[in-house]
Amino acid sequence: MNHEIWDVHTHLAGVPGNTSEEKLERLLEYADRMGIARLCVFLGMKWNYDPSPEDMRQQNDDVLRAVKRFPNRAFGFVYLNPKQTQASLDELNRCVRDGPMVGVKLWVALHCNDPKLDPIIARAAELKAPVLQHCWDKITGNLPGESTPMDMAELAARHPKATLICAHCGGDWERGLRAIRPHPNIYADIDGGDPTAGFTEMAVRELGAERVLYGSDAGGRSFASQLAKVYGAEISDATRRLIFAGNLKHLLRPILSEKGIKL
Amino acid sequence: MSRKPSTDSLDRRDFLKVVAVAAGAASLGRASVAESADATASGLTDTNVYLSRWPLRRLALDDTAALVAKLRANGVTQAWAGSFDGLLHRDIATVNARLADECRRHGGGLLVPFGSVNPRFADWEDDLRRCAEEHHMPGIRLHPGYHGYKLDDPAFAKLLRLATERGMVVQLVFVMEDRRMMHPLLQVEPPVVKPLADVVRKTPGLRLELLNSSTVLRGQPLLDLVKAGEVHVDIAMLESVGGVASLLEKVPLNRVLFGSHAPLFYFESALLKLKESPLNEEQLQAIRCNNARRLLAKKS
Repeated sequence: MNHEIWDVHTHLAGVPGNTSEEKLERLLEYADRMGIARLCVFLGMKWNYDPSPEDMRQQNDDVLRAVKRFPNRAFGFVYLNPKQTQASLDELNRCVRDGPMVGVKLWVALHCNDPKLDPIIARAAELKAPVLQHCWDKITGNLPGESTPMDMAELAARHPKATLICAHCGGDWERGLRAIRPHPNIYADIDGGDPTAGFTEMAVRELGAERVLYGSDAGGRSFASQLAKVYGAEISDATRRLIFAGNLKHLLRPILSEKGIKL
Repeated sequence: MSRKPSTDSLDRRDFLKVVAVAAGAASLGRASVAESADATASGLTDTNVYLSRWPLRRLALDDTAALVAKLRANGVTQAWAGSFDGLLHRDIATVNARLADECRRHGGGLLVPFGSVNPRFADWEDDLRRCAEEHHMPGIRLHPGYHGYKLDDPAFAKLLRLATERGMVVQLVFVMEDRRMMHPLLQVEPPVVKPLADVVRKTPGLRLELLNSSTVLRGQPLLDLVKAGEVHVDIAMLESVGGVASLLEKVPLNRVLFGSHAPLFYFESALLKLKESPLNEEQLQAIRCNNARRLLAKKS
């Protein structure tokens, strides 16, 4: 059965290559093998938990160069550090308003319920850019600034018009999905954890099929293990289509439209 | 080099050959990734499946008949089955008896039971004897993390020796799930690997498979272990893009086995890894079935 697949969560790290362009080319070779049409890419060649403004620009430049080479296959998300509020706003304008990027990536610099995020989320909403926030809830302990789905629920309550994506659903998805369930503007990116049976079924059951997105976290993760969460789940084929591409297209359509990109 | 969308790529056809059946059948309730893939394969041995119930969650395939149907639909011709009950139950003898019975009653020979033995229990030697003599199991599956022993424990070394003397394969499970996501009341540490190479070297004839070791055992320690004896690894928890091909750059082909960790993991994960890596026919056949067949056929 032919499914169009868009991957909401990939990185250049963990993929062979000396430049970001080479890395994305290799990543796309694997994507081709797995039938994945489009990738959302973020974070550059050299990751930093708490990037300075210069680090942010460097990492975003890495991604900009890569996606420029494969404009029909990859979308860039701008990596921001909410601790650097003004620099993040400037970078958001540079890469999304004035550049080709279509979303925002937030990682582990600051818990996402911190008020410092508010101007960034508001600006992203103005630009119609979805905000993808890394979220884990580890029994072994989170990093100091690492957000949980519960943090994200607080953020969503303050910004009901923003489009938020809960990456990894907290890892501990049985708890994470509960935390984001009351907030219809939070979408579940089911990437990055083990392909544990039941994850996708619970996400669909508790959030509705329209709020679930396929992502991989490749190259650290395999496309295979993450695709299995959708192919292996006991869900309808219509639901599978939404998760694989339909929902992400829906989220990106407004900003792509503003950039003159038709789906 | 410009790149076309994958729907136009040559690989797309092959990919669909493997996956399409899965997607279609999954929509009907039970997925089948490999009906067509099996057309070019002589079999598929899954060395890492479990029967009974995961202690912390009901699984769609924790019914043996349903699991067998899933495996069959995906081209599995043999599955080495342990029991989830073997993790925490104290009455290991009945765990193994039930496992053997389930494997007899379901699958028409598809399921091959691998019993649990806990060398911390008194008279564990009789559990091993029953596995071999009463249940005719070709191997055992050990869970040191759940059973609370280290790999330099003399009882562990003795268990490996006695199992080897009986001609049994030994599977050593490193982890069952991501440590970061464990239940707070059931946090199980993986075993410290360092002593294992020495134990392997001191157990001539040992045939050992490491299950779910990929997140714990990498780099030089993995290479040292593979060189120490007849040590194999499965791919259930292998990650990164092209992970199987990357593994084969380090570990000899004849040491890599197919394992899904179903039903705790979606079965499709392991099967799709064989698609993700560019593997030739020899490599595919070795991982799919030939290595497992050879391992099980050997007797020390």
